[in-house]
Amino acid sequence: MAEYQNIFTRVQVRGPGEAGVPIGRDTDKRVGGWFFNRLAGMIGNAQIGPFYLGVTGSLSILCGFIAFEIIGFNMLASVNWDVVEFVRQLFWLALEPPPPEYGLSIPPMADGGWWLMAGMFLTISILLWWTRTFLRARALGLGYHIPWAFGAAIWLYLVLGFIRPLLMGSWSEAVPFGIFPHLDWTAAFSIRYGNLFYNPFHMLSIVFLYGSAVLFGMHAATILAVGRYGGEREIEQITDRGTATERASLFWRWQMGFNASMESIHRWAWWFAVLTPITGGIGILLTGTVVDNWYLWGVKHGLAADYILPYTPAVDPAALGTETMQ
Amino acid sequence: MSGFIAMTASMTPVSFISTSRRAIGRAAIGRAATVVALLAAGSMLGGCFEAPPVVSEQISADGVGMQTMESTESVEAKAALNVVPAALPPVPEAAGPLAKDVYQNVQVLGDLSVAEFTRTMAAITAWVSPDAGCTYCHVGNNFASDEVYTKVVSRRMMQMTQNINSEWDSHVGDTGVTCLTCHRGNPVPEYIWFDTLDPNRQGGMAANSHGQNHANMDVGSTSMIDDPFSKYLTEDPDQIRVIARNALPIRDVRSNLSTQDTENTYSLMIHMSTSLGQNCTYCHNTRAFTDWEQSPPQRTTAWHALQMVPALNNAYLEPLGPVYPMSRMGPKGDAPKVNCATCHQGVNKPFYGVSMLDDYPVWKAPGPNAALEAIDPMEPIEAAPAENGEAETTSSVPADLVPAADADDAADTLGALVPDTAAETVIR
Repeated sequence: MAEYQNIFTRVQVRGPGEAGVPIGRDTDKRVGGWFFNRLAGMIGNAQIGPFYLGVTGSLSILCGFIAFEIIGFNMLASVNWDVVEFVRQLFWLALEPPPPEYGLSIPPMADGGWWLMAGMFLTISILLWWTRTFLRARALGLGYHIPWAFGAAIWLYLVLGFIRPLLMGSWSEAVPFGIFPHLDWTAAFSIRYGNLFYNPFHMLSIVFLYGSAVLFGMHAATILAVGRYGGEREIEQITDRGTATERASLFWRWQMGFNASMESIHRWAWWFAVLTPITGGIGILLTGTVVDNWYLWGVKHGLAADYILPYTPAVDPAALGTETMQ
Repeated sequence: MSGFIAMTASMTPVSFISTSRRAIGRAAIGRAATVVALLAAGSMLGGCFEAPPVVSEQISADGVGMQTMESTESVEAKAALNVVPAALPPVPEAAGPLAKDVYQNVQVLGDLSVAEFTRTMAAITAWVSPDAGCTYCHVGNNFASDEVYTKVVSRRMMQMTQNINSEWDSHVGDTGVTCLTCHRGNPVPEYIWFDTLDPNRQGGMAANSHGQNHANMDVGSTSMIDDPFSKYLTEDPDQIRVIARNALPIRDVRSNLSTQDTENTYSLMIHMSTSLGQNCTYCHNTRAFTDWEQSPPQRTTAWHALQMVPALNNAYLEPLGPVYPMSRMGPKGDAPKVNCATCHQGVNKPFYGVSMLDDYPVWKAPGPNAALEAIDPMEPIEAAPAENGEAETTSSVPADLVPAADADDAADTLGALVPDTAAETVIR
C-alpha cells in the first residue's frame, strides 16, 4: 500500500472481536454478539456491537417510538392519509401545540392533545436515555461528563417545550414538532419578542456554539497534524510529553502566544459545547417571562446603537390618529 | 379608421405581455438540467430566491444591513411586463351630447361625452378582454343589457377604480390605478385570492393544523398559515401588530399576542414582500421591525394599503359574490378578492410608477357611487330589465355596428365607434 503509515491509520484489522473490559456483575447481562463492517471501519471502529439496551434503553426506545408514531400519523392525517403527499410535503408537516386559548389545560386530542402526549412520551424517552448514559458510564467506571453534557442539551429541550410554557401559562408557547414548522416558529418567536439578537444569553449561546466549531476544528487539525509523531497518544503525553505534544504546543504558541494543554483542550471543548444549550436555555427562559421585547431592553441598557438614517423615517399613521383624537 | 389603428396598437403591447411571459417560461425549461434543478430546489426552499447575478444596493446606514437585491434576469423580465401601452388618441373635449343622454343604462361613465365614453370603452376592452372583445361583458345586440354578469362586475370595478384614485391617494398617490393595473389583458386578473379549504380535512381526533404546515408558495414556501388573506385582508388590519410594545412584560391584550399570531403576520408580510419584489428592509429596519422611527418611508404607504385592501374587499369584491357564476367562485363559494399582488405583480410600483390617469382622467373622478362603502350589487340587475325592455326598442347601438360573436369583428366595431363616427351614429 503506497500510503504513508503512521499510528493513526485507516488500515482495517480483522481479528477476534473485542469484548471489552470486565464490568463486574453486569458482564453476564450483555446481549448480542458483534460483527465487522468495512464501511463503519472507514469512519470509526469496524466492529459493530456488542449492544447493551437494558431496562432504560428498551423503555426509552419504546417511548421514543410511540412519540415518533404519534407525530408521524398525525402528519399523515394532515395530508389526508396520502402517502405520496406525506413524502412530498414531509418537511412542511407538523404536529402543533394547542392554541393559546387552552392555556395549560389538557386540550382535545385534535387541538393539541396529541402534541401533549407526543411531548410526554418523547420527554420520558429522552430522560430514560439520559439515565442509561449515566448508568453505563458508572458501569464502566467513567466520569459523568457524557451524561452531564447530554443533560445540558435536555435542559434546552425542557425549557423550550415544558418549563417556559409552564411559566407563561400556556402550552401554545411551546415548539411544534416538524422540520420547517419549528424553524418558522423560531423566526416568529424572535420577531414576537423584539429580536432575540439583543438577548445577551442568546449572544453567549452563539459564542459558545461557533466557538465549539472553532475549537473542534483547531483540536482535530492539531492532533491529525502531529499524528506522524504519535500525537494521538495525547493523553499519555500529558505526563510523558513527547515530541508530538512539543511540536503541537509550539505551533500554537507561535500562532497566538498561548497553547492549551493536552488535557485542557478537552475541557475547553466540553465547556463550550455544554454552555451552548445552557446559556441558550437561560435566554429562552427569560423571553416573555422577564423580558418582552429584547430590542427595547437593549435600548434601555445602552446595548442598541443609534444609526443616522439616510431617509426620513416613516410615520405611524395609526399613532397620528391617536394623537389628533387626544 | 384612425381609431381602429390606434386601438390595435394599444392592444398589441397587452398581448405581447402574455406572449413574453410564456417565452420566459420556455427559456427556463430550456436551461441545463442541473441548473434548473438547483434553481428549483433553491426557489422551493428559499421562496424568494433570486438567480445570480444579483445586484444589491445599500439603502440605509452602514451596519444595519439594509439593501435591495434583485437579479438582473428578474429585473429584465419585470421590465418587459410593466410597459404602459400607448394611450388611445384623445377626442375633442366636451363636444357633443353626454353618454347618459344617448345610451341606456350608463350608470358610472354617463357624464362623459359620447366620444370620450366610446374611447374609454375601447380602452377597457383592450385592457381587460382583448381577445373576447365587447361581448365579454355586453350582449351583442343590446349593449345596454345587464344580462351578462361581467357587465355588472365591470360597473362595480369602475366604481372601485374611481374610489381608489379619489379616496386612497394615501396609497396610490397621483399615479393612481386603472383597469390595466390589475387586468393586464386578462379578463380575470392573474393574482386574486379565495378563502381556502383547510387542506387538513380529516376532522375527528386527527390533529388540526390550523391552516398551517403545508407547502404553499403564497407564503414563500414556508410552513406558516396557508391563507393570511382572509384574516388580514377582510378583517381589522390592526391585529397585524404582534410585537411587544414594552421592554418588560406588561400583561394586556396587545402584548399577549402569541407566537402563532406572529407567524400569521409573518405570512402576510411574506406575501407583501413577494408581491412587491422587495425584501423586508424595503419597509423595515429588521433589527426592530415594529419601530416606525427607523423604518423607511415606504412603510407608511404600505400601511395605507393594509387599510385600503380590506376596505375594497369588503365594499366591492365580496358583495359581488351573488353575481358570479360558480365557475368564478372559490372552493368555499366566495367571490374573488384582491391582495397586494393583484396590482403590484412583483413590482414595488405597478408599471414602475407610470401614471395613466392623465390620458384617462375619468378614473380620477370620484364618480357616482364610488364613495359608497357598500352597495347591493344585485340592485342594478333588478333595475335593468325595465331599461332593457326599453333598450330593445331604442337600441343604443346601430344595427350595422352590432358586434358579431367573433372577437375580431367586435374589435372592428369598437374601432368604428372611435372617435368620429360615434357622434353621428348615436344621435337620433
